[in-house]
Amino acid sequence: MSRFTHATIEKNSILLLVLTLIAVAIGGLVEIVPTFLIKTTVEDVEGVRPYTPLELAGRDIYVREGCYACHSQMIRSLRSEVERYGHYSLAAESKYDHPFQWGSKRTGPDLARVGGKYSDEWHRVHMADPRAVVPESVMPGYPFLAETPLATHDMQNSLKVLALLGTPYSEEMVTETMSDLYVQQNPDEDYDPMVERYPGAVVSNFDGDPETVTELDAIIAYMQMLGTLVDFSTVERSTLVQ
Amino acid sequence: MAASREAAPGTVTAAAFGVGGLFVVGALISIFIAAGTHDAVMAFHATLFILFFVLGIFAIGKRHFDAQERTPEPPARDGINYHDGPIRVATIASLFWGIAGFLAGLYIALELAFPGLNFDLAFLNFGRLRPLHTSAVIFAFGGNALIATSLYVVQRTCKTRLAGDLAPWFIVWGYQLFIVLAATGYLLGVTQGKEYAEPEWYVDLWLTIVWVTYLIVFLATLARRKEPHIYVANWFYLAFIVTIAMLHLVNNAAVPVSLTSPKSYIIWSGVQDALIQWWYGHNAVGFFLTAGFLGMMYYFVPKRAERPVYSYRLSIVHFWALIFLYIWAGPHHLHYTALPDWAQTLGMTFSIMLWMPSWGGMINGLMTLSGAWDKLRTDPVIRMLVVSIAFYGMSTFEGPVMSIKAVNSLSHYTDWTIGHVHSGALGWVGFVTFGAIYCLVPWLWNRKQLYSLALVNWHFWIATLGIVLYITAMWVSGILQGLMWRAYDSLGFLEYSFVETVEAMHPFYVIRAMGGGLFLIGALIMAYNVYMTIRGHVREGEAMEPAPAGDGQLAAVGAK
Repeated sequence: MSRFTHATIEKNSILLLVLTLIAVAIGGLVEIVPTFLIKTTVEDVEGVRPYTPLELAGRDIYVREGCYACHSQMIRSLRSEVERYGHYSLAAESKYDHPFQWGSKRTGPDLARVGGKYSDEWHRVHMADPRAVVPESVMPGYPFLAETPLATHDMQNSLKVLALLGTPYSEEMVTETMSDLYVQQNPDEDYDPMVERYPGAVVSNFDGDPETVTELDAIIAYMQMLGTLVDFSTVERSTLVQ
Repeated sequence: MAASREAAPGTVTAAAFGVGGLFVVGALISIFIAAGTHDAVMAFHATLFILFFVLGIFAIGKRHFDAQERTPEPPARDGINYHDGPIRVATIASLFWGIAGFLAGLYIALELAFPGLNFDLAFLNFGRLRPLHTSAVIFAFGGNALIATSLYVVQRTCKTRLAGDLAPWFIVWGYQLFIVLAATGYLLGVTQGKEYAEPEWYVDLWLTIVWVTYLIVFLATLARRKEPHIYVANWFYLAFIVTIAMLHLVNNAAVPVSLTSPKSYIIWSGVQDALIQWWYGHNAVGFFLTAGFLGMMYYFVPKRAERPVYSYRLSIVHFWALIFLYIWAGPHHLHYTALPDWAQTLGMTFSIMLWMPSWGGMINGLMTLSGAWDKLRTDPVIRMLVVSIAFYGMSTFEGPVMSIKAVNSLSHYTDWTIGHVHSGALGWVGFVTFGAIYCLVPWLWNRKQLYSLALVNWHFWIATLGIVLYITAMWVSGILQGLMWRAYDSLGFLEYSFVETVEAMHPFYVIRAMGGGLFLIGALIMAYNVYMTIRGHVREGEAMEPAPAGDGQLAAVGAK
């Protein structure tokens, strides 16, 4: 062997492999690792809580239907966006999102703060036939959500897995998964313990039928809480510096 | 598996027993899952697995008995007994899935123009079909083309047969199973909701097994090469295979809800998940759609032009610069979001720097035509390859521009991004793949020439027109919508409601769909041409063309 040139690498497949791996590992390490270590990456704000079982089920449906293909959940810190959608999104607001649903395309509007903007009734009609309320809309209709009972077989496991991954679901929350899920869409039941566990949870007869929990209940419950957890009138500006 | 050298015909190798045994275990696990699951899709997918393993065991057995009767394929002209069967399958699969993917793309383009086409059906809605389209074109069309060409190129440039006997077959058919699982999963609502990484945990695990086999076969083939130097195309293929493995494992790290449920939750959350996703997502572009296809360029362009690669030194510099810089570029997908500013700035800076190695590759590819530019006139396959490099140059210039924060504030979330992706996907990835397949098919099936170069010419012009319609429509609609979102009236209020900006998109969505339709027509012409070539036909009046020898010498840049 003479001196080290590029030919040395070209003649040794393992050396080529190792050097390639080193070259492609550096960028990711430098960018990703600090976001776990620097505490201010996720702002310290009040109000963000884990999803209620019904909201979580709604979120799973949001993921299943690929809503992120057309809707973002990330209001950028630009004047025109803040005026259109509300306060720019904080990292803290999606800290319990597995996976994140910030999206990359706005064929439809941003949904980061859609919670409370429209009535449940509006959502019911809109989901069944978007063009009934927004004639120019190009969104697909989802009438089948109202007719599909929510599959809850794995719901408790879902909370357990998320707790394992660091979401602060207490043992009580896991035990009460099914009753919490039911009472949130039936205002006639005793929902106080559920709201105590999940402060700010909206209880409503989302799909108009309190008896069966449908997929429509879940998706509307999820829509109605999006972006509502942080009360920005009480947030100190200095806590938002990343 | 890689240990099974060329066994004497008819012997059942230890590897065959090993693979067969693993398939039995796999089938048993699948039966267990199928029996235990509450989920219809999981039961369906477990059944597909069982079918795969059973057919696999049957195929291994049949291969054994056939080998006793059949005379082995004669070696190629250079005396090497190349392993091309799996490559033929992957080549056809690439074309098949390509057409399926283009068709899905055309359909969802029409859905955006005419939303009635969603028909209120779950499996037809845009949200489920869009991942089907992206995965079909990236992983099924592009992935099969990469597997086919990499396994072809590594054998020819190393002057050796592929390592492993069953392993290459497993890679190709295992990859098709991955595609079928992913695609049917999307239609039935099984997705983990991360762009370009939608398949759920068990499909990801399966892909990992296939991919590691791919890496081992590729490395083991390099290790037994008869040439002292590893040819430049193989550097790119190797970087593509190993980096995709790294990205796939980290980005898809998930915990399933139960072992019999298709549902899982990604380990990462929120801002970190976003960063990891775009570290993955941008490098799916950088390594799957760029490095891998540059490997393709480095073999097929010099081969078809019968000229050596322009610059050895440039290929070294741009290889290392490209793979080192690309990995940093992900955060430019997250400008002005909740990702910390320092990470955004870093992503933007490296994205701009990335322009240089990208154009290094473009220059090296284009200048390889030096002294053979006349072939642009006479050979439509060369024309396709050259135009693909031109599109590569164009979209790798546009990309850094769009990564600048000021530009991105306008372009992000709009169709401009979609247009940009498609100038790369249709123009670069599509055309370089078409060019490579047009070269590869006569070589793989021992035909003197393609059925028709005139049809290649038609394909070229129809598809090019389609791309131009597509990109220009998306530039206009993207920039228009971006400007409408930020337009203020004289009183200082936002001028347009969101839905007004949706309405304004309609004509451009129609034009885009026309562009996509033309691209699909081109691919159908190609499928016919390839079919007739494989059948051994030559179109009347077209018998000529000096046959480029698939196993001939390649002026290896590496060999000084």
